[in-house]
Amino acid sequence: MAGQKEEDSRGPLIEDQGADAARMRRRAFAGQIIAGILIIFLWEFLTRIGWLDSYYWSSPLTIVRTGWTAITKGTLLQDLAYTSGTTIIGFILGTLAGSVIGLSFWWSGLYAKIAEPYLIAFNAVPKLALAPVLVIMFGIGFNSKVMLAFLMTVVVAAIAAHSGVKNIDRDLEKMLISLGAKRRHVFMKVVVPASMPWMVGILKINISLALAGTIVGEFISSRQGIGRMILYAGQVLNMDLVWVGVVSLSVLSIVMYLGTVWLERRLMRGRNPKS
Amino acid sequence: MRNFALCRPNHPGKGRDRRVSELEVVHCSKYYRKNGEQLCTLKEADMRIRSGRFVSIIGPSGCGKSTLFNIISGLARPSGGQVLLDGKNITCESGHVGYMLQKDLLLPWRTILDNVIIGLEIRGVPKKRARERALPMLQKYGLKGFEYDHPDALSGGMRQRAGLIRTLLYDKDVILLDEPFGALDAQTRLQMQSWLLQIWNDFRKTVLFVTHDIDEAIYLSDEIYVFTHRPGRIKARIDVGLPRPRGEETMMDERFLQLKRELLLMLKEEREPV
Repeated sequence: MAGQKEEDSRGPLIEDQGADAARMRRRAFAGQIIAGILIIFLWEFLTRIGWLDSYYWSSPLTIVRTGWTAITKGTLLQDLAYTSGTTIIGFILGTLAGSVIGLSFWWSGLYAKIAEPYLIAFNAVPKLALAPVLVIMFGIGFNSKVMLAFLMTVVVAAIAAHSGVKNIDRDLEKMLISLGAKRRHVFMKVVVPASMPWMVGILKINISLALAGTIVGEFISSRQGIGRMILYAGQVLNMDLVWVGVVSLSVLSIVMYLGTVWLERRLMRGRNPKS
Repeated sequence: MRNFALCRPNHPGKGRDRRVSELEVVHCSKYYRKNGEQLCTLKEADMRIRSGRFVSIIGPSGCGKSTLFNIISGLARPSGGQVLLDGKNITCESGHVGYMLQKDLLLPWRTILDNVIIGLEIRGVPKKRARERALPMLQKYGLKGFEYDHPDALSGGMRQRAGLIRTLLYDKDVILLDEPFGALDAQTRLQMQSWLLQIWNDFRKTVLFVTHDIDEAIYLSDEIYVFTHRPGRIKARIDVGLPRPRGEETMMDERFLQLKRELLLMLKEEREPV
Protein backbone atom coordinates (compact mmCIF):
# COMPACT_ATOMS: atom_id res chain seq x y z
CA MET A 1 0.00 0.00 0.00
CA ALA A 2 2.75 2.38 0.95
CA GLY A 3 4.60 1.71 -2.30
CA GLN A 4 1.42 2.31 -4.28
CA LYS A 5 0.93 5.69 -2.63
CA GLU A 6 4.49 6.77 -3.31
CA GLU A 7 4.12 5.98 -6.99
CA ASP A 8 0.95 8.07 -7.22
CA SER A 9 2.54 11.12 -5.68
CA ARG A 10 5.39 10.92 -8.19
CA GLY A 11 2.99 11.32 -11.07
CA PRO A 12 3.48 9.80 -14.53
CA LEU A 13 6.82 8.28 -15.44
CA ILE A 14 8.89 10.87 -17.29
CA GLU A 15 12.19 9.96 -18.80
CA ASP A 16 14.66 12.62 -17.88
CA GLN A 17 17.47 12.06 -20.36
CA GLY A 18 19.64 14.81 -18.93
CA ALA A 19 19.47 13.33 -15.44
CA ASP A 20 20.16 9.84 -16.80
CA ALA A 21 23.26 11.05 -18.57
CA ALA A 22 24.45 12.91 -15.47
CA ARG A 23 23.95 9.81 -13.32
CA MET A 24 25.91 7.76 -15.88
CA ARG A 25 28.78 10.26 -15.74
CA ARG A 26 28.90 10.26 -11.94
CA ARG A 27 28.92 6.49 -11.78
CA ALA A 28 31.59 6.16 -14.44
CA PHE A 29 33.81 8.67 -12.63
CA ALA A 30 33.40 6.86 -9.31
CA GLY A 31 34.17 3.58 -11.06
CA GLN A 32 37.32 5.01 -12.58
CA ILE A 33 38.60 6.23 -9.22
CA ILE A 34 37.85 2.91 -7.54
CA ALA A 35 39.59 0.96 -10.31
CA GLY A 36 42.68 3.15 -10.00
CA ILE A 37 42.85 2.68 -6.22
CA LEU A 38 42.37 -1.07 -6.65
CA ILE A 39 45.23 -1.37 -9.12
CA ILE A 40 47.63 0.54 -6.85
CA PHE A 41 46.50 -1.44 -3.84
CA LEU A 42 46.91 -4.74 -5.68
CA TRP A 43 50.37 -3.74 -6.87
CA GLU A 44 51.43 -2.92 -3.30
CA PHE A 45 49.81 -6.07 -1.93
CA LEU A 46 51.32 -8.47 -4.50
CA THR A 47 54.83 -7.10 -4.01
CA ARG A 48 54.41 -7.34 -0.22
CA ILE A 49 53.40 -11.02 -0.29
CA GLY A 50 56.14 -11.74 -2.83
CA TRP A 51 54.00 -12.75 -5.82
CA LEU A 52 55.62 -9.90 -7.71
CA ASP A 53 59.35 -9.45 -7.24
CA SER A 54 59.74 -6.06 -5.63
CA TYR A 55 63.24 -5.78 -7.08
CA TYR A 56 61.83 -5.46 -10.60
CA TRP A 57 58.37 -4.14 -9.82
CA SER A 58 59.25 -1.91 -6.89
CA SER A 59 56.02 -0.94 -5.10
CA PRO A 60 53.82 2.12 -4.92
CA LEU A 61 54.95 3.08 -1.42
CA THR A 62 58.63 2.66 -2.28
CA ILE A 63 58.16 4.70 -5.42
CA VAL A 64 56.57 7.49 -3.44
CA ARG A 65 59.35 7.39 -0.87
CA THR A 66 62.12 7.29 -3.47
CA GLY A 67 60.38 10.01 -5.40
CA TRP A 68 60.23 12.22 -2.34
CA THR A 69 63.97 11.73 -1.74
CA ALA A 70 64.61 12.53 -5.40
CA ILE A 71 62.66 15.74 -5.02
CA THR A 72 64.19 16.89 -1.74
CA LYS A 73 67.74 15.61 -2.06
CA GLY A 74 68.02 14.99 -5.79
CA THR A 75 67.11 16.97 -8.88
CA LEU A 76 63.79 15.38 -9.87
CA LEU A 77 61.95 18.72 -10.14
CA GLN A 78 64.70 20.32 -12.21
CA ASP A 79 64.76 17.24 -14.45
CA LEU A 80 61.02 17.42 -14.82
CA ALA A 81 61.18 21.09 -15.73
CA TYR A 82 63.93 20.40 -18.25
CA THR A 83 62.09 17.57 -19.93
CA SER A 84 58.73 19.32 -20.03
CA GLY A 85 60.36 22.55 -21.24
CA THR A 86 62.10 20.92 -24.19
CA THR A 87 59.00 18.89 -25.02
CA ILE A 88 56.66 21.87 -25.01
CA ILE A 89 58.99 24.12 -27.00
CA GLY A 90 59.60 21.39 -29.56
CA PHE A 91 55.89 20.64 -29.72
CA ILE A 92 54.92 24.28 -30.26
CA LEU A 93 57.60 24.94 -32.86
CA GLY A 94 56.96 21.68 -34.69
CA THR A 95 53.19 21.97 -34.71
CA LEU A 96 53.21 25.62 -35.76
CA ALA A 97 55.80 25.10 -38.49
CA GLY A 98 54.03 21.98 -39.72
CA SER A 99 50.66 23.71 -39.82
CA VAL A 100 52.13 26.62 -41.76
CA ILE A 101 53.75 24.24 -44.24
CA GLY A 102 50.52 22.28 -44.65
CA LEU A 103 48.42 25.41 -45.12
CA SER A 104 50.92 26.84 -47.58
CA PHE A 105 50.04 24.00 -49.95
CA TRP A 106 46.77 25.79 -50.57
CA TRP A 107 48.61 28.68 -52.15
CA SER A 108 49.81 26.84 -55.21
CA GLY A 109 48.63 23.54 -56.60
CA LEU A 110 51.89 23.02 -58.46
CA TYR A 111 54.01 23.59 -55.36
CA ALA A 112 51.76 21.20 -53.41
CA LYS A 113 52.11 18.51 -56.06
CA ILE A 114 55.90 18.85 -56.12
CA ALA A 115 56.22 18.83 -52.33
CA GLU A 116 53.78 16.05 -51.50
CA PRO A 117 55.95 12.98 -52.24
CA TYR A 118 58.78 14.51 -50.20
CA LEU A 119 56.45 15.09 -47.31
CA ILE A 120 55.39 11.47 -47.40
CA ALA A 121 58.99 10.30 -47.71
CA PHE A 122 60.10 12.44 -44.80
CA ASN A 123 57.21 11.10 -42.76
CA ALA A 124 58.49 7.59 -43.40
CA VAL A 125 61.99 8.39 -42.09
CA PRO A 126 62.31 7.15 -38.50
CA LYS A 127 63.25 10.48 -36.97
CA LEU A 128 64.42 8.88 -33.73
CA ALA A 129 67.12 7.07 -35.65
CA LEU A 130 68.55 10.48 -36.49
CA ALA A 131 69.01 11.25 -32.81
CA PRO A 132 72.78 10.51 -32.71
CA VAL A 133 73.35 12.79 -35.68
CA LEU A 134 71.27 15.55 -34.12
CA VAL A 135 73.12 15.32 -30.82
CA ILE A 136 76.40 15.74 -32.66
CA MET A 137 74.98 18.58 -34.77
CA PHE A 138 73.24 20.50 -32.01
CA GLY A 139 75.22 19.50 -28.96
CA ILE A 140 74.20 17.51 -25.90
CA GLY A 141 72.22 20.39 -24.43
CA PHE A 142 68.74 21.81 -24.83
CA ASN A 143 68.84 22.35 -28.61
CA SER A 144 69.24 18.76 -29.74
CA LYS A 145 66.22 17.69 -27.64
CA VAL A 146 64.05 20.52 -28.96
CA MET A 147 65.14 19.60 -32.47
CA LEU A 148 64.11 15.97 -31.97
CA ALA A 149 60.72 16.97 -30.58
CA PHE A 150 60.37 19.37 -33.50
CA LEU A 151 61.16 16.72 -36.10
CA MET A 152 58.77 14.26 -34.46
CA THR A 153 55.87 16.71 -34.71
CA VAL A 154 56.45 18.83 -37.79
CA VAL A 155 55.56 16.31 -40.48
CA VAL A 156 52.48 15.05 -38.68
CA ALA A 157 51.22 18.61 -38.36
CA ALA A 158 51.99 19.38 -42.00
CA ILE A 159 50.12 16.31 -43.22
CA ALA A 160 47.14 17.12 -41.01
CA ALA A 161 46.94 20.71 -42.22
CA HIS A 162 47.33 19.55 -45.80
CA SER A 163 44.43 17.13 -45.40
CA GLY A 164 42.39 20.02 -44.07
CA VAL A 165 43.28 22.13 -47.07
CA LYS A 166 42.43 19.34 -49.49
CA ASN A 167 38.99 18.94 -47.96
CA ILE A 168 37.91 22.52 -48.47
CA ASP A 169 34.89 22.95 -50.70
CA ARG A 170 36.17 24.84 -53.76
CA ASP A 171 32.80 26.54 -54.08
CA LEU A 172 33.46 28.33 -50.79
CA GLU A 173 36.45 30.02 -52.42
CA LYS A 174 34.34 30.84 -55.44
CA MET A 175 31.65 32.36 -53.25
CA LEU A 176 34.16 34.54 -51.41
CA ILE A 177 35.84 35.68 -54.61
CA SER A 178 32.44 36.62 -56.02
CA LEU A 179 32.08 38.78 -52.90
CA GLY A 180 35.22 40.63 -53.93
CA ALA A 181 37.70 38.67 -51.81
CA LYS A 182 41.39 38.53 -52.57
CA ARG A 183 43.36 35.36 -52.02
CA ARG A 184 44.50 36.50 -48.59
CA HIS A 185 40.86 36.94 -47.55
CA VAL A 186 40.05 33.45 -48.73
CA PHE A 187 43.05 32.18 -46.81
CA MET A 188 42.14 33.90 -43.55
CA LYS A 189 38.38 33.45 -43.69
CA VAL A 190 38.05 30.01 -45.21
CA VAL A 191 41.31 28.06 -45.45
CA VAL A 192 42.55 28.55 -41.89
CA PRO A 193 39.22 28.03 -40.10
CA ALA A 194 38.21 25.14 -42.35
CA SER A 195 41.49 23.34 -41.66
CA MET A 196 41.42 24.10 -37.96
CA PRO A 197 39.66 20.88 -36.88
CA TRP A 198 42.33 18.85 -38.70
CA MET A 199 45.17 20.82 -37.13
CA VAL A 200 43.61 20.71 -33.69
CA GLY A 201 42.91 17.00 -34.03
CA ILE A 202 46.61 16.08 -34.03
CA LEU A 203 47.61 18.16 -31.00
CA LYS A 204 47.12 15.21 -28.64
CA ILE A 205 49.15 12.91 -30.86
CA ASN A 206 51.88 15.46 -31.32
CA ILE A 207 52.39 16.20 -27.64
CA SER A 208 53.17 12.54 -26.94
CA LEU A 209 55.39 12.33 -30.04
CA ALA A 210 57.29 15.38 -28.79
CA LEU A 211 57.76 13.77 -25.39
CA ALA A 212 59.06 10.58 -27.00
CA GLY A 213 61.53 12.62 -29.05
CA THR A 214 62.80 14.49 -26.03
CA ILE A 215 63.28 11.35 -23.96
CA VAL A 216 65.18 9.53 -26.68
CA GLY A 217 67.36 12.62 -27.02
CA GLU A 218 68.04 12.50 -23.30
CA PHE A 219 68.81 8.78 -23.48
CA ILE A 220 71.41 9.35 -26.15
CA SER A 221 73.28 12.02 -24.31
CA SER A 222 72.28 14.61 -21.79
CA ARG A 223 73.21 16.14 -18.50
CA GLN A 224 69.66 16.69 -17.32
CA GLY A 225 66.13 15.46 -17.75
CA ILE A 226 63.99 12.51 -16.74
CA GLY A 227 65.32 10.42 -19.61
CA ARG A 228 68.86 10.83 -18.36
CA MET A 229 67.71 10.04 -14.81
CA ILE A 230 66.08 6.79 -15.94
CA LEU A 231 69.11 5.78 -17.97
CA TYR A 232 71.43 6.50 -15.03
CA ALA A 233 69.19 4.65 -12.55
CA GLY A 234 69.05 1.65 -14.87
CA GLN A 235 72.83 1.56 -15.20
CA VAL A 236 73.30 1.49 -11.43
CA LEU A 237 70.47 -1.06 -11.14
CA ASN A 238 68.32 1.26 -9.03
CA MET A 239 64.93 -0.04 -10.18
CA ASP A 240 63.02 2.08 -7.69
CA LEU A 241 64.44 5.20 -9.24
CA VAL A 242 63.61 3.92 -12.75
CA TRP A 243 60.03 3.55 -11.60
CA VAL A 244 60.07 7.05 -10.17
CA GLY A 245 61.14 8.28 -13.61
CA VAL A 246 58.45 6.30 -15.37
CA VAL A 247 55.75 7.51 -13.00
CA SER A 248 56.94 11.13 -13.33
CA LEU A 249 56.82 10.85 -17.11
CA SER A 250 53.32 9.42 -16.96
CA VAL A 251 52.16 12.26 -14.76
CA LEU A 252 53.86 14.78 -17.06
CA SER A 253 52.25 13.17 -20.06
CA ILE A 254 48.79 13.34 -18.49
CA VAL A 255 49.25 16.99 -17.51
CA MET A 256 50.37 17.91 -21.03
CA TYR A 257 47.48 15.94 -22.49
CA LEU A 258 45.07 17.98 -20.38
CA GLY A 259 46.90 21.07 -21.61
CA THR A 260 46.18 20.13 -25.22
CA VAL A 261 42.54 19.49 -24.36
CA TRP A 262 42.38 23.03 -22.99
CA LEU A 263 44.16 24.36 -26.09
CA GLU A 264 41.72 22.49 -28.33
CA ARG A 265 38.78 24.10 -26.58
CA ARG A 266 40.32 27.53 -26.96
CA LEU A 267 41.07 27.10 -30.65
CA MET A 268 37.60 25.76 -31.39
CA ARG A 269 35.87 28.38 -29.24
CA GLY A 270 32.67 29.86 -30.60
CA ARG A 271 32.17 26.97 -32.97
CA ASN A 272 29.31 24.65 -33.22
CA PRO A 273 30.51 21.46 -31.51
CA LYS A 274 28.99 19.47 -34.37
CA SER A 275 30.80 21.30 -37.13
CA MET B 1 28.91 55.91 -44.72
CA ARG B 2 27.79 57.21 -48.06
CA ASN B 3 28.21 54.04 -50.04
CA PHE B 4 26.14 52.09 -47.53
CA ALA B 5 23.08 54.12 -48.31
CA LEU B 6 22.59 52.02 -51.42
CA CYS B 7 21.89 49.02 -49.30
CA ARG B 8 18.77 50.37 -47.68
CA PRO B 9 15.52 49.47 -49.35
CA ASN B 10 14.53 51.89 -52.04
CA HIS B 11 10.85 52.55 -51.85
CA PRO B 12 9.43 53.42 -55.21
CA GLY B 13 7.88 56.83 -55.37
CA LYS B 14 9.99 58.24 -52.54
CA GLY B 15 12.09 60.26 -54.92
CA ARG B 16 14.69 57.59 -55.40
CA ASP B 17 17.39 58.42 -57.87
CA ARG B 18 17.32 56.44 -61.04
CA ARG B 19 20.60 54.71 -61.04
CA VAL B 20 21.09 53.17 -64.39
CA SER B 21 22.96 49.94 -64.26
CA GLU B 22 22.50 48.13 -67.46
CA LEU B 23 24.09 44.75 -67.83
CA GLU B 24 25.12 43.73 -71.30
CA VAL B 25 26.45 40.40 -72.44
CA VAL B 26 27.99 40.84 -75.86
CA HIS B 27 28.58 37.80 -78.01
CA CYS B 28 29.95 35.64 -75.23
CA SER B 29 31.13 32.14 -76.04
CA LYS B 30 32.97 29.49 -74.12
CA TYR B 31 34.83 26.59 -75.69
CA TYR B 32 36.60 23.76 -73.91
CA ARG B 33 38.89 21.09 -75.17
CA LYS B 34 38.62 17.76 -73.47
CA ASN B 35 40.37 14.60 -74.69
CA GLY B 36 41.13 16.37 -77.94
CA GLU B 37 37.46 17.03 -78.51
CA GLN B 38 36.22 20.56 -78.65
CA LEU B 39 33.16 21.33 -76.59
CA CYS B 40 31.12 24.46 -76.72
CA THR B 41 29.09 25.22 -73.61
CA LEU B 42 27.99 28.71 -74.55
CA LYS B 43 27.64 30.09 -78.01
CA GLU B 44 27.42 33.76 -78.93
CA ALA B 45 25.13 34.84 -76.16
CA ASP B 46 23.82 38.38 -76.44
CA MET B 47 21.77 39.83 -73.63
CA ARG B 48 20.81 43.28 -72.60
CA ILE B 49 19.25 43.61 -69.21
CA ARG B 50 17.74 46.86 -68.12
CA SER B 51 18.15 48.14 -64.61
CA GLY B 52 15.81 46.83 -61.94
CA ARG B 53 14.42 44.02 -64.07
CA PHE B 54 13.85 40.48 -62.94
CA VAL B 55 15.15 38.25 -65.71
CA SER B 56 15.08 34.48 -65.74
CA ILE B 57 17.13 32.06 -67.76
CA ILE B 58 15.59 28.73 -68.44
CA GLY B 59 16.87 25.77 -70.36
CA PRO B 60 17.70 22.09 -70.18
CA SER B 61 20.63 20.87 -68.05
CA GLY B 62 23.94 21.55 -69.73
CA CYS B 63 22.70 24.63 -71.55
CA GLY B 64 25.57 26.73 -70.32
CA LYS B 65 23.63 28.69 -67.73
CA SER B 66 26.27 28.24 -65.07
CA THR B 67 28.99 29.05 -67.59
CA LEU B 68 27.19 32.26 -68.41
CA PHE B 69 26.98 33.18 -64.73
CA ASN B 70 30.62 32.41 -64.16
CA ILE B 71 31.48 34.69 -67.06
CA ILE B 72 29.24 37.53 -65.90
CA SER B 73 30.57 37.33 -62.35
CA GLY B 74 34.13 37.40 -63.66
CA LEU B 75 35.05 33.97 -62.29
CA ALA B 76 35.57 32.52 -65.77
CA ARG B 77 37.11 33.94 -68.90
CA PRO B 78 34.97 33.79 -72.02
CA SER B 79 36.55 32.40 -75.20
CA GLY B 80 35.13 35.42 -76.95
CA GLY B 81 32.87 38.34 -76.17
CA GLN B 82 32.50 40.90 -73.46
CA VAL B 83 30.47 41.70 -70.38
CA LEU B 84 29.55 45.34 -69.92
CA LEU B 85 28.09 46.97 -66.84
CA ASP B 86 26.89 50.51 -67.52
CA GLY B 87 29.02 50.44 -70.63
CA LYS B 88 32.15 49.55 -68.68
CA ASN B 89 33.95 46.38 -69.61
CA ILE B 90 33.94 44.05 -66.60
CA THR B 91 34.99 40.85 -68.40
CA CYS B 92 37.12 38.70 -66.07
CA GLU B 93 36.73 41.11 -63.17
CA SER B 94 35.07 39.69 -60.11
CA GLY B 95 33.31 41.72 -57.44
CA HIS B 96 31.03 43.78 -59.70
CA VAL B 97 27.91 41.71 -59.27
CA GLY B 98 26.44 39.72 -56.42
CA TYR B 99 26.46 35.99 -57.15
CA MET B 100 24.66 33.33 -55.23
CA LEU B 101 25.41 29.75 -56.07
CA GLN B 102 23.02 26.84 -55.88
CA LYS B 103 24.43 25.64 -52.57
CA ASP B 104 23.98 28.06 -49.69
CA LEU B 105 27.74 27.88 -48.95
CA LEU B 106 27.38 29.19 -45.44
CA LEU B 107 30.51 28.75 -43.34
CA PRO B 108 29.63 26.10 -40.75
CA TRP B 109 31.84 27.61 -38.05
CA ARG B 110 30.20 31.02 -38.20
CA THR B 111 26.83 32.03 -36.85
CA ILE B 112 24.19 33.17 -39.34
CA LEU B 113 24.86 36.79 -38.44
CA ASP B 114 28.60 36.40 -38.96
CA ASN B 115 27.98 34.54 -42.19
CA VAL B 116 25.94 37.29 -43.81
CA ILE B 117 28.43 40.03 -42.95
CA ILE B 118 31.37 38.34 -44.62
CA GLY B 119 31.13 40.48 -47.73
CA LEU B 120 31.28 43.61 -45.58
CA GLU B 121 34.19 42.19 -43.63
CA ILE B 122 36.11 41.69 -46.85
CA ARG B 123 35.41 45.28 -47.77
CA GLY B 124 36.97 46.31 -44.47
CA VAL B 125 33.86 47.32 -42.53
CA PRO B 126 34.53 46.69 -38.80
CA LYS B 127 32.69 43.61 -37.55
CA LYS B 128 30.66 45.52 -35.00
CA ARG B 129 29.33 48.00 -37.56
CA ALA B 130 28.65 45.22 -40.05
CA ARG B 131 26.65 43.31 -37.45
CA GLU B 132 24.63 46.38 -36.59
CA ARG B 133 23.66 46.72 -40.23
CA ALA B 134 22.93 43.06 -40.82
CA LEU B 135 20.82 42.44 -37.75
CA PRO B 136 17.72 44.41 -38.80
CA MET B 137 17.84 42.80 -42.23
CA LEU B 138 17.92 39.31 -40.80
CA GLN B 139 15.03 40.20 -38.56
CA LYS B 140 12.97 41.80 -41.27
CA TYR B 141 13.46 39.03 -43.80
CA GLY B 142 12.47 36.01 -41.81
CA LEU B 143 15.56 35.02 -39.85
CA LYS B 144 14.57 36.53 -36.53
CA GLY B 145 15.59 34.23 -33.73
CA PHE B 146 18.22 32.46 -35.84
CA GLU B 147 20.83 35.25 -35.84
CA TYR B 148 23.17 33.49 -33.44
CA ASP B 149 22.56 29.94 -34.60
CA HIS B 150 25.00 27.98 -36.71
CA PRO B 151 23.89 27.05 -40.23
CA ASP B 152 23.33 23.36 -39.48
CA ALA B 153 20.54 24.33 -37.08
CA LEU B 154 18.54 25.84 -39.96
CA SER B 155 16.29 24.32 -42.59
CA GLY B 156 17.21 24.45 -46.27
CA GLY B 157 14.90 27.39 -46.93
CA MET B 158 16.28 29.37 -44.01
CA ARG B 159 19.83 28.75 -45.16
CA GLN B 160 18.99 30.00 -48.64
CA ARG B 161 17.53 33.13 -47.06
CA ALA B 162 20.77 33.71 -45.21
CA GLY B 163 22.71 33.12 -48.42
CA LEU B 164 20.65 35.68 -50.29
CA ILE B 165 20.87 38.25 -47.50
CA ARG B 166 24.65 37.81 -47.59
CA THR B 167 24.55 38.58 -51.31
CA LEU B 168 22.28 41.58 -50.77
CA LEU B 169 24.51 43.00 -48.06
CA TYR B 170 27.35 42.87 -50.54
CA ASP B 171 25.35 45.63 -52.11
CA LYS B 172 25.73 45.36 -55.85
CA ASP B 173 23.04 46.50 -58.25
CA VAL B 174 23.05 43.25 -60.19
CA ILE B 175 22.47 39.93 -58.50
CA LEU B 176 22.91 36.52 -60.10
CA LEU B 177 20.94 33.67 -58.59
CA ASP B 178 21.84 30.20 -59.79
CA GLU B 179 18.89 27.92 -59.03
CA PRO B 180 18.67 29.10 -55.44
CA PHE B 181 15.52 27.10 -54.72
CA GLY B 182 16.48 24.01 -56.70
CA ALA B 183 16.98 21.82 -53.66
CA LEU B 184 13.87 22.87 -51.75
CA ASP B 185 10.56 21.05 -51.49
CA ALA B 186 7.56 22.45 -53.35
CA GLN B 187 5.91 24.15 -50.36
CA THR B 188 9.08 25.86 -49.17
CA ARG B 189 9.81 26.83 -52.75
CA LEU B 190 6.51 28.71 -53.06
CA GLN B 191 7.17 30.51 -49.80
CA MET B 192 10.65 31.42 -50.91
CA GLN B 193 9.42 32.78 -54.24
CA SER B 194 7.06 35.21 -52.52
CA TRP B 195 9.81 36.10 -50.10
CA LEU B 196 12.19 36.80 -52.99
CA LEU B 197 9.61 38.99 -54.72
CA GLN B 198 9.19 40.98 -51.51
CA ILE B 199 12.93 41.51 -51.23
CA TRP B 200 13.24 42.40 -54.89
CA ASN B 201 10.44 44.89 -54.49
CA ASP B 202 12.14 46.48 -51.48
CA PHE B 203 15.61 46.66 -52.97
CA ARG B 204 14.93 47.00 -56.68
CA LYS B 205 18.04 45.17 -57.74
CA THR B 206 18.53 43.80 -61.19
CA VAL B 207 18.11 40.06 -60.79
CA LEU B 208 19.30 37.37 -63.14
CA PHE B 209 17.75 34.09 -62.13
CA VAL B 210 18.55 30.61 -63.40
CA THR B 211 15.92 27.95 -62.99
CA HIS B 212 14.65 24.68 -64.40
CA ASP B 213 11.15 25.39 -63.25
CA ILE B 214 8.85 27.03 -65.81
CA ASP B 215 6.25 28.11 -63.24
CA GLU B 216 8.93 29.72 -61.16
CA ALA B 217 10.36 31.59 -64.13
CA ILE B 218 6.99 33.00 -65.22
CA TYR B 219 5.83 33.80 -61.71
CA LEU B 220 8.94 35.78 -60.81
CA SER B 221 10.19 37.40 -63.99
CA ASP B 222 9.75 40.35 -66.30
CA GLU B 223 11.62 38.60 -69.07
CA ILE B 224 12.62 35.03 -69.74
CA TYR B 225 15.54 33.86 -71.87
CA VAL B 226 15.22 30.34 -73.18
CA PHE B 227 18.49 28.52 -73.85
CA THR B 228 19.09 25.62 -76.20
CA HIS B 229 20.72 22.36 -75.31
CA ARG B 230 24.48 22.10 -75.81
CA PRO B 231 25.90 24.20 -77.30
CA GLY B 232 24.01 26.70 -75.17
CA ARG B 233 22.56 29.41 -77.35
CA ILE B 234 19.77 31.87 -76.72
CA LYS B 235 16.71 30.43 -78.38
CA ALA B 236 14.14 33.02 -77.46
CA ARG B 237 13.45 36.02 -75.30
CA ILE B 238 9.98 36.29 -73.85
CA ASP B 239 8.33 39.27 -72.23
CA VAL B 240 6.17 38.06 -69.39
CA GLY B 241 4.01 41.16 -69.06
CA LEU B 242 1.98 39.92 -66.11
CA PRO B 243 0.93 42.69 -63.74
CA ARG B 244 2.62 43.13 -60.40
CA PRO B 245 2.31 42.65 -57.50
CA ARG B 246 1.84 38.99 -58.21
CA GLY B 247 0.28 36.41 -55.96
CA GLU B 248 -0.98 32.88 -56.12
CA GLU B 249 -3.86 33.95 -58.38
CA THR B 250 -1.25 35.00 -60.97
CA MET B 251 -0.57 31.32 -61.54
CA MET B 252 -4.19 30.81 -62.67
CA ASP B 253 -4.11 33.78 -65.03
CA GLU B 254 -4.85 33.10 -68.70
CA ARG B 255 -1.62 34.80 -69.77
CA PHE B 256 0.35 32.67 -67.30
CA LEU B 257 -1.04 29.45 -68.73
CA GLN B 258 -0.43 30.57 -72.27
CA LEU B 259 3.21 31.39 -71.51
CA LYS B 260 3.58 28.09 -69.76
CA ARG B 261 2.31 26.25 -72.83
CA GLU B 262 4.73 28.12 -75.10
CA LEU B 263 7.70 27.48 -72.84
CA LEU B 264 6.88 23.82 -72.40
CA LEU B 265 6.81 23.39 -76.16
CA MET B 266 10.11 25.19 -76.60
CA LEU B 267 11.82 23.13 -73.94
CA LYS B 268 10.38 19.94 -75.38
CA GLU B 269 12.20 20.66 -78.62
CA GLU B 270 15.41 20.98 -76.64
CA ARG B 271 15.05 17.72 -74.81
CA GLU B 272 17.56 15.14 -75.89
CA PRO B 273 16.04 12.40 -78.02
CA VAL B 274 15.67 9.33 -75.86
